[in-house]
Amino acid sequence: MSTEKFKVVHYLNQFYGGIGGEDKADYQPEERLGHVGPGQALQAALGERGEVVATVICGDSYFNENVETALSAILAMIAKHNPDIVVTGPAFNAGRYGVACGAVAKAVAENLKVPVVSGMYLENPGVEMYRKYAYIVETSNSAADMRKAMPKMAKLVIDLAAGLEVSPATHGYLLQGLRKNYFHSESGAKRAVSMLVSKMSGQPFTTEYPMPHFDRVAPNMPIADVRQAKIALVTSGGIVPKGNPDHIESSSASKYGKYDIAGITDLTVETFATAHGGYDPVYANQDADRVLPVDVLSEMAAQGEIGSLHRYFYTTVGNGTAVAKAVTFAKKIAQELLDDGVNAVILTST
Amino acid sequence: MRLSLGNINIKDVQFGNQTEVKNGVLYVNKAEMIAHLADERLASIDIDLARPGEATRIMPVKDVIEPRVKVEGKGGIFPGFVAKVDMVGEGLTYVLKGAAVITTGKIVGFQEGIIDMSGPGAEYTPFSALNNVVVIAHPALGLLQHEHEAALRIMGFKAATYLGEAGRSVTPDEVITYDCPSLPVALTQYPELPKVAYVYMLQSQGLLHDTYLYGIDVKRILPTFIYPTEVMDGAIVSGNCVSACDKNTTYHHQNSPVIAQLLARHGQDYNFIGVVVTNENVTLADKERSSNFTAKLIGWLGVDAAIISEEGFGNPDADLMMNCVKLERQGIKTVLVTDEYAGQDGASQSLADADPLADAVITAGNANEVITLPAMTKVIGYSEVADVIAGGWHGSLHKDGSITAEIQVITGATNELGFSKLTSKAI
Repeated sequence: MSTEKFKVVHYLNQFYGGIGGEDKADYQPEERLGHVGPGQALQAALGERGEVVATVICGDSYFNENVETALSAILAMIAKHNPDIVVTGPAFNAGRYGVACGAVAKAVAENLKVPVVSGMYLENPGVEMYRKYAYIVETSNSAADMRKAMPKMAKLVIDLAAGLEVSPATHGYLLQGLRKNYFHSESGAKRAVSMLVSKMSGQPFTTEYPMPHFDRVAPNMPIADVRQAKIALVTSGGIVPKGNPDHIESSSASKYGKYDIAGITDLTVETFATAHGGYDPVYANQDADRVLPVDVLSEMAAQGEIGSLHRYFYTTVGNGTAVAKAVTFAKKIAQELLDDGVNAVILTST
Repeated sequence: MRLSLGNINIKDVQFGNQTEVKNGVLYVNKAEMIAHLADERLASIDIDLARPGEATRIMPVKDVIEPRVKVEGKGGIFPGFVAKVDMVGEGLTYVLKGAAVITTGKIVGFQEGIIDMSGPGAEYTPFSALNNVVVIAHPALGLLQHEHEAALRIMGFKAATYLGEAGRSVTPDEVITYDCPSLPVALTQYPELPKVAYVYMLQSQGLLHDTYLYGIDVKRILPTFIYPTEVMDGAIVSGNCVSACDKNTTYHHQNSPVIAQLLARHGQDYNFIGVVVTNENVTLADKERSSNFTAKLIGWLGVDAAIISEEGFGNPDADLMMNCVKLERQGIKTVLVTDEYAGQDGASQSLADADPLADAVITAGNANEVITLPAMTKVIGYSEVADVIAGGWHGSLHKDGSITAEIQVITGATNELGFSKLTSKAI
């Protein structure tokens, strides 16, 4: 390990930065050399190993009302000092402060590629929004916990700076929620039998994958008059123009496609196929209307049973595509459909 | 039902004038073997060898099969395909342990995989440790996908049976005997121990997602009982299915690891009563029916707990949860074996269905994690399919022959029978 001290930049809000309370929450980003407020305890814990070289202070209201401007100013102030590690907060249960600490962490992690240590109460919204980007030490919900929180954060800073392995169990930070592969010493089948024996005998065991909270979507109200409705087709069944011009992946799709079907009333074996790698493609390739019913909807539009069929369809491959990825596709697609005045969507899966 | 497996350890494979096993070396008469595999649906067949440590890549891989031969007892290997549909699972079967048949050739569908015999990819597949006889087959002109798959599947079984015959008169290095008594006997054994069973979920979603039991496509079965030893004799075979990482190859079934591990502690920690095989069909009614029957049969056995293993991901996550919930609600404790699709960054929810009752889960790892496989000196098959197989993307294959893709492309990487050691944790 180098004898040179590692450099830390600390981010604080107007309150902890000693500027003032809520009346000073519109305070613009400012940089101070050395440590400020809770930074003193951080510096004390770091001792001779590291140095808090600068502190960046910003008002919570200013940050949250001017996110882009505030972030770019803060990031520039931090980057100037070429830190080895950045510390934000702790924010305890202060929501706007937690969000700011998290957003700064994200910007630092993505742009400066250095680790960020923060501290928050489990229910601080900053945890859920930004836990992937920072090592967030779990604190209580009140600032009275500073005495306990800061030494934990400092320990994490010291070990990260030294390149040591850290974990939620040894360092008291909240799981970042990232799944990481590794090779176990025993096979999955052997572990399954051991877990079964433990579960049967009432011994403690740890599941290797805790069940996620499952998102349920309540259906919208029905359309009042379907004969007036503009209906769009959206599918996760991978129907694409033959040749898959946008190279949508057969599994773990990184994108979706939007294709114009104005004037098309039937998907034929010559023109459309599936890019999906998760089901028997033979029947979809013979007649892609089986997955994306352009033929039936065109007919219904012609006969006035529906208002119209939207001229674009959206498609992706659901196979092996992470739920988080699907959510980002859906947000963009839904906005475009709303902008195009679509009243209803038929979603087909496979 | 009593089956003895005689393992003949194979430490090398070579071409030779005669197909035989001598001093632990499997010699293959290439011309004779090719002639044996002839099929009018296949325009050409070739054979190559791939040994552990070699700078060889095999892709796209369809199936991996262990050569075995039935020496005593009823029936033959792969009943319903190579042998007649006699019941198997008793007598004496010899195994060419350490050898395998790998089938490759023109791609049938997106679900085929990669086996590297050395380098970082080799760690992710158990087949890099085997002495492999690789059969490369090309379809006849105009052969449709379903027929193409069927021809390759049967070719693989014939190849493994042909090689297995070479072991018929060899003295095995070890013989292990498995005794699976009738139900009344099984239930009264070890009265002081809890009783356990195994729910063996088999893929059955269609082309390249199918599994066969005594020759029948399991999408057409109702869940049923099976002796562990039947599985060891090739009663369950792969239809070359799912993404490469979590397809159960025929080799995985022949060496079904949950069965092996349940047998290992049988009589010490629990009484292993039996196995129920079930399917993973695509319609909701099928899923409901199969999970209902599975829960009924497991309940009928009167066991205290069961391991449930999945094959594939996404749609079958629903079958997995139904099986789990319906057993737990009967008071039967469950442990699930699955894998994850948590995104390349590991930040997404990993399963497509979930239930709080699924509180004991074994994971075989995140299939979306990205790996770079360096170029190999020799490629058996076609590198260019790296861009289209499940887990690859446009640009996965680089100019220098290296491949960057999700570990989903590696045959057996996240096997959900728990064959391998890869797993995943939250960080």
